[in-house]
Amino acid sequence: MHSQNRMGRTLYDKLWDSHVVHADADGAALLYIDRHLVHEVTSPQAFEGLKLAGRKPWRMSSVVATADHNTPTTGWERGIAGIEDPTSRLQVETLDANMKEHRAKAYFPFLDKRQGIVHVIGPEQGATLPGMTVVCGDSHTSTHGAFGCLAHGIGTSEVEHVLATQCLVAKKMKNMRVLVEGALGRGVTAKDVALAVIGRVGTAGGTGCAIEFAGSAIRGLSLEGRMTLCNMAIEAGARAGMVAVDDTTIQYLKGRPFSPAGPEWEQALITWRMLRSDPDAKFDREVRLGAQDIAPQVTWGTSPEMVLPVEASVPDPDQEKDPTRREGMERALAYMGLKPRTPIQDIRLDKVFIGSCTNSRIEDLRAAAAVAKGRKVAANVRLAMVVPGSGLVKAQAEKEGLDKVFRASGFEWREPGCSMCLAMNADRLEPGERCASTSNRNFEGRQGTGGRTHLVSPAMAAAAAIAGHFVDVRSWR
Amino acid sequence: MEKFTVLNGLVAPLDRANVDTDAVIPKQFLTSIKRTGYGENLFDAWRYLDAGRPGMDNAKRPLNPDFVLNQPRYKGAEILLARKNFGCGSSREHAPWALQQYGFKCLIAPSFADIFYENCFKNGLLPVVLTQAEVDGLFYDSALPGFRLVVDLERQTVSTTDGSKRHRFEVDPSRRHSLLNGLDEIGATLRHADKIRAFEARRRDQFPWLFR
Ligand code: SF4
Repeated sequence: MHSQNRMGRTLYDKLWDSHVVHADADGAALLYIDRHLVHEVTSPQAFEGLKLAGRKPWRMSSVVATADHNTPTTGWERGIAGIEDPTSRLQVETLDANMKEHRAKAYFPFLDKRQGIVHVIGPEQGATLPGMTVVCGDSHTSTHGAFGCLAHGIGTSEVEHVLATQCLVAKKMKNMRVLVEGALGRGVTAKDVALAVIGRVGTAGGTGCAIEFAGSAIRGLSLEGRMTLCNMAIEAGARAGMVAVDDTTIQYLKGRPFSPAGPEWEQALITWRMLRSDPDAKFDREVRLGAQDIAPQVTWGTSPEMVLPVEASVPDPDQEKDPTRREGMERALAYMGLKPRTPIQDIRLDKVFIGSCTNSRIEDLRAAAAVAKGRKVAANVRLAMVVPGSGLVKAQAEKEGLDKVFRASGFEWREPGCSMCLAMNADRLEPGERCASTSNRNFEGRQGTGGRTHLVSPAMAAAAAIAGHFVDVRSWR
Repeated sequence: MEKFTVLNGLVAPLDRANVDTDAVIPKQFLTSIKRTGYGENLFDAWRYLDAGRPGMDNAKRPLNPDFVLNQPRYKGAEILLARKNFGCGSSREHAPWALQQYGFKCLIAPSFADIFYENCFKNGLLPVVLTQAEVDGLFYDSALPGFRLVVDLERQTVSTTDGSKRHRFEVDPSRRHSLLNGLDEIGATLRHADKIRAFEARRRDQFPWLFR
């Protein structure tokens, strides 16, 4: 415990301090892990490693598991046979077997109504709670920081380490704050804030830092929006992103299956309310953005930092003085099949993907449906698909009739999963195909070999599907 | 993890510099859900004459007679003598897994790639760095059939069985400690098991909803 007269602490300092089990002289610490999220791709070797070493998991009640990366988004009526690729199927079956052997707190297997992307179902179930440390063998674990948690992605060896010891060997990161003050314009979303931040600081801007997102614009975001923002902290180079707890957090958590209830709920609220940075806390780095200056964003290159406001044009490498940057731009433009100075709104699309742990929650689907309602997908768009983040998101959307809106417009309405975010299942881009995507990575080949990805918000993606090219959703009537 | 104290092992020389992780274990073998089973595909492209794919019966594949590890005299080798920058390339842990599962317990080279070097310790495989001249000498000696070396981690020495040569090597004290006691990182953390349990018990009292 810390003395009263100590200097103010950041939210990250508080989360760190409250989880240190043991600290070495060289700064490495053992951090206690409250929640361990598990999926099929990065867990099999960890479970096998445990078995080979004759070890038992420390506390399976900390584990919440699901299959998401490999699961198909169609053909669920065929059951497990619907997973065509045998290695993918085996990964899903291996998770089943591991969960049968070691009973987790909760397991939402393939075909379960509550199955979905691990970063969507954790919060949805109330399995991600303020003040927790959350880990998962997946870099986008930063998502959970939206609840005032310390959440980071880990590798397979670390998955095994956490299973065996309930601890992670970690070194403290630096404190960085991203302040966004003011009100976001109509049609401007958390995704645009995330992309604008990355455009400003670069994909290495947060390296070695835990980012706290703060300011009135962030407080004005829903929990879904905050998750979108924290999700992309990793794309800014930070292993963790977070937002302080406020009434919005508490409202979201009330009545969730794994949220505390009764007297424990009251008790929890007292501690949760303290999960914010002290007014005199020091940050190693601070970045400020004005909310009113943020326009809908579109990436034009092969890194999330290659991003521009929708009204801009693709940059011209000849204008770039730095030779390394120029070369990077030239390579990106060649891969993306784009000419310098092309207006973003003239870029025509072949496919549209609305989904992923960044943007597949109910609010995202509502925003996309509102844009698509009563209109048709453009003829040049071969495939426009909506992949809800979880079975429960899908059910909610169907209750609201969003599936009908999408279908009537010509979108495909799919089963939940990671899908074309990483193209590990059957959903992917063909070489040269251009896609407006609500996911988080536009790396070469991410959505399929030779595929070209433009990252945008759900509303921007829906508008692009209807128009056949990017449009400024702020002028959408 | 197995303890490493003293190893008296048969030496196999791999006379190539910059052996990368893709050569150690080609990428088509990484889709597996296992941590084991990589030994048969160690150096796959050099070791077999056909193109290797996962799921093949390796016992039926044509061996490359010119590849050093296929020579009968190196069967059962536990020490791999290698050239500089061994293990360059990706950070995949499959590379040390494959070497270890083939049967190697120790690698000797004038230098190793950073991440690979780390990964070896994480998995209980001892990478020994000797000088260029010492390694050259050992390559020369290894021409002798049945050439063995004694690697003593406690004393940090590599010697010939007749004691005619003895080379000293350096290793991080904490890594040495972990290997000598058979502690992997998990083992090292579990030395604090009581502390973890006490921390957990306090946390459970304070925040019972986190443990429901
Ligand atoms: S949706 Fe994409 S980024 Fe998110 S967990 Fe799945 S593969 Fe990773």
